[in-house]
Amino acid sequence: MVDDERPVLELRGVTKHFPGVLANDHIDFDLRRGEVHALLGENGAGKSTLMNILYGLYHPDEGEIRIKGEPVRINSPKDAIARGIGMVHQHFMLIPVMTVAENIVLASEPTHAGVLLDYRAANRRVEHLAGTFNFAIDPQARVENIGVGQQQRVEILKALYRSADILILDEPTAVLTPQEAGELFEILGTLTREGLSVIFISHKLNEVLEIADRITVLRRGKKIGTVPHEGATEGGLARMMVGREVLLRVEKAAAAPGQPFLEVEDVHVLDDRGLEAVKGVTFDVRAGEIVGLAGVDGNGQSEVVEAVTGLRRTSAGRVRLGGHDVTGSSANRILDLGLGHIPEDRQRRGLVLNFSLAENLALHDFDKEPNSRFGWLFPRRIIHRARGLLKQFDVRGGGPQTLASALSGGNQQKVVLAREIARDPRVLIAAQPTRGLDVGAIEFVHQRLIEARDSGEAVLLVSLELEEILSLSDRILVIYEGRIVAEYPPDVTEEELGIAMTGGRGREAA
Amino acid sequence: MLTAVIAFFIGGLVILATTKKNPLSTYRAIFDGTGLNWFFHVGSHKIGIPFTDTRVWFPWDTASRSAMDLQQTLIIVTPLILTGIAVAFAFRCGLFNIGGNGQYTVGAIVGVQFGVWFAGLPGPVHVIIAMAAATLAGALWAGIAGLLKATVGAHEVITTIMLNWIALWVGSYLVGFNGPMQDPRALSAPVTRPVAQSARLDVFWGFPTLQGLHIGFFIALGALVVYWLVLNRTTLGYEVKAVGFNAEAARYGGISVPRNYFLAMAISGAFAGLAGSIDILGWEFNLDLTVVQSVQIGFIGIAVALLGRNNALGIFFAALLFGALLTGTSTRNLDPSVFKPELAGNLTQIIQGLVVLFVGVDLLVLYVWRALRRPFPRRRVES
Repeated sequence: MVDDERPVLELRGVTKHFPGVLANDHIDFDLRRGEVHALLGENGAGKSTLMNILYGLYHPDEGEIRIKGEPVRINSPKDAIARGIGMVHQHFMLIPVMTVAENIVLASEPTHAGVLLDYRAANRRVEHLAGTFNFAIDPQARVENIGVGQQQRVEILKALYRSADILILDEPTAVLTPQEAGELFEILGTLTREGLSVIFISHKLNEVLEIADRITVLRRGKKIGTVPHEGATEGGLARMMVGREVLLRVEKAAAAPGQPFLEVEDVHVLDDRGLEAVKGVTFDVRAGEIVGLAGVDGNGQSEVVEAVTGLRRTSAGRVRLGGHDVTGSSANRILDLGLGHIPEDRQRRGLVLNFSLAENLALHDFDKEPNSRFGWLFPRRIIHRARGLLKQFDVRGGGPQTLASALSGGNQQKVVLAREIARDPRVLIAAQPTRGLDVGAIEFVHQRLIEARDSGEAVLLVSLELEEILSLSDRILVIYEGRIVAEYPPDVTEEELGIAMTGGRGREAA
Repeated sequence: MLTAVIAFFIGGLVILATTKKNPLSTYRAIFDGTGLNWFFHVGSHKIGIPFTDTRVWFPWDTASRSAMDLQQTLIIVTPLILTGIAVAFAFRCGLFNIGGNGQYTVGAIVGVQFGVWFAGLPGPVHVIIAMAAATLAGALWAGIAGLLKATVGAHEVITTIMLNWIALWVGSYLVGFNGPMQDPRALSAPVTRPVAQSARLDVFWGFPTLQGLHIGFFIALGALVVYWLVLNRTTLGYEVKAVGFNAEAARYGGISVPRNYFLAMAISGAFAGLAGSIDILGWEFNLDLTVVQSVQIGFIGIAVALLGRNNALGIFFAALLFGALLTGTSTRNLDPSVFKPELAGNLTQIIQGLVVLFVGVDLLVLYVWRALRRPFPRRRVES
């Protein structure tokens, strides 16, 4: 970090209006050479808008942008790239069927005679570039065949190839496993040592504290403040973000487990490719407890959830719900027997985005009284019920007749939560219930899960976030390669869990 | 709306370019031919009391030429509404029913046969039986495609197109020379026996002998109401829409996706089958080989559904537009001195094709318009 130099990038009084919303309200921001400057804020705080202005996707209504002291006008991403700004979006913009090298050199390819792509030169350049920054990557691998963490590296290399010295990363860890995130942080360390500057957009407090030199917090379009890494705490940042005290650790009483409501016995499940993703899983969840299912993504957790909820057939084994054998039953019957399911992908599965909130809230029970009788719907009753639920679950951004697609992610998740919890299920399955949510919303979801537990529901929590598993669960199961490899009490350490999740021997079932 | 305007505009350029005629006067002539100008005939008219010359200030000029033209237009609008619904309903379930034409043909065949049978029955009963049979036949015909989609995942576009051809050639065999349904008294013509008087729909406007407007028009309007009610006020409609918008979310919600595929296709086919029987019982009265082989009503239904945006009111106006175009450009109604009718028929098809084409472009136009207003796509406003 070189403090005496003038900033490589300065934003002064940047303001951006959208119809009905002031997305950025006179925001000042500066970036020094060789630092990681985190931009922290809840969903909708204006982080992405600000960065899109910087990247030339939006024009500011007011304010000025200076790069290396010189005022500039950035009209398009092309301008931004020319001025050395590179952006890695949350959703990668790569062409899956092309190789790593082809993706990186895209739009400025080395050619033979100006026509034919010089593959060898492309590979060589990419290798050289990767070598400079110490990236482990195979230039000739196809993008569709490499992991998400690798794809992100390709995006970063793409920016570096175009000689970016300011790198914007938009929620880069949202799609990564904890290990991959660790690798990303190492890469960022290398880049800043080389003199690049990084703007790191996030709403995750722990990683911001880990990686950033300075942290700027936005709330509702306003800059709340910039704090140095030294002396910043999770609690302090959370308060700046949300504007009030936030409970980072959920307070909960000891569990009082009752009878087993969900019993899974030696279940085997095939995945979409016909391979055995779940290889004999046995566990139960009792009334009044939260059982956490921890594991690295892709170790069979999704398939376990789908098998239990009737969305995927089991190839062997038994599933019992409240004493009823539901192996091979339809999703509908299982729902009727008292299952609530917060699916891991709310947009693909949890919501019909083109339906109104009221219609979405009735997704399981539209065919039951009082929503309908003899196949005849009563929209007014559905809307009336929805109005109550939306209020109760503090869904903001729309009424019962608003389309689900118009809501932000956090509010969409609240709608799903409202629907599943309001059914008073005996068994509640929560798969990645806080994925992509900000601090305030996470706190809300966690409290609701604890409440569900305390009201005597059996809760199965499936999550990739260790912190979430640790803070909510009364018992923790670890799944690895389709098998439950360990069971822990909630006071287990993160390290021990991490080892078990990656196949190391843990403490045997308690 | 925009779509139709653009289509007419381009149609106008075509007229101008190919015939050196004035597009406006051509459209005026087509419009007069549709009979829609009847609505502007507010004035004093004879009301036909014998031996008097009583005139009344009212657009009730039943005997006029434009009234008869309008009747013809509405006779065509009737099946177009129904085949439009047949396409739109499947659309709402995420299915593309190209089989409206085959389902219409099957409905017409069954309708004519049931109209020939049961000749002694009282009128309303006979009509209901014949229509119900045709409706069921259309439902079963489309149901085949639905069943294949639901069980083995065969794509409905492929299967319905195949079923169209099967319907066409089975119909040709049945109606054609020496076919089992050919009229034994008219062996020189490939045509079925006419349906019994008791099976014919009453004409409520115009003269029965001059092919006046039959009550099937109200059945089509009723079908629009049914369509709206089923989609918006029943659990079936809720399921169909949920599957159409997001089949995975529907499955998660406990809705059987295959069941809805089957039902949506069958219900679609029911509407198309009903259309076939209404044409037979309303004004054709028998089915001849050329109709079986050249009918386009089911295909125009696709354009109707697209232009009407699968919306009940939209389907009505789209059907009115296409029905009016068909009548307005027919050889009978278009003044040859203004525009050659044999070309005008093609003009209809050109405009039809353009409308289908522009429904896609419509979205593009809206997109461009929005992009112009706001330089870049707006981020979702979050709370």
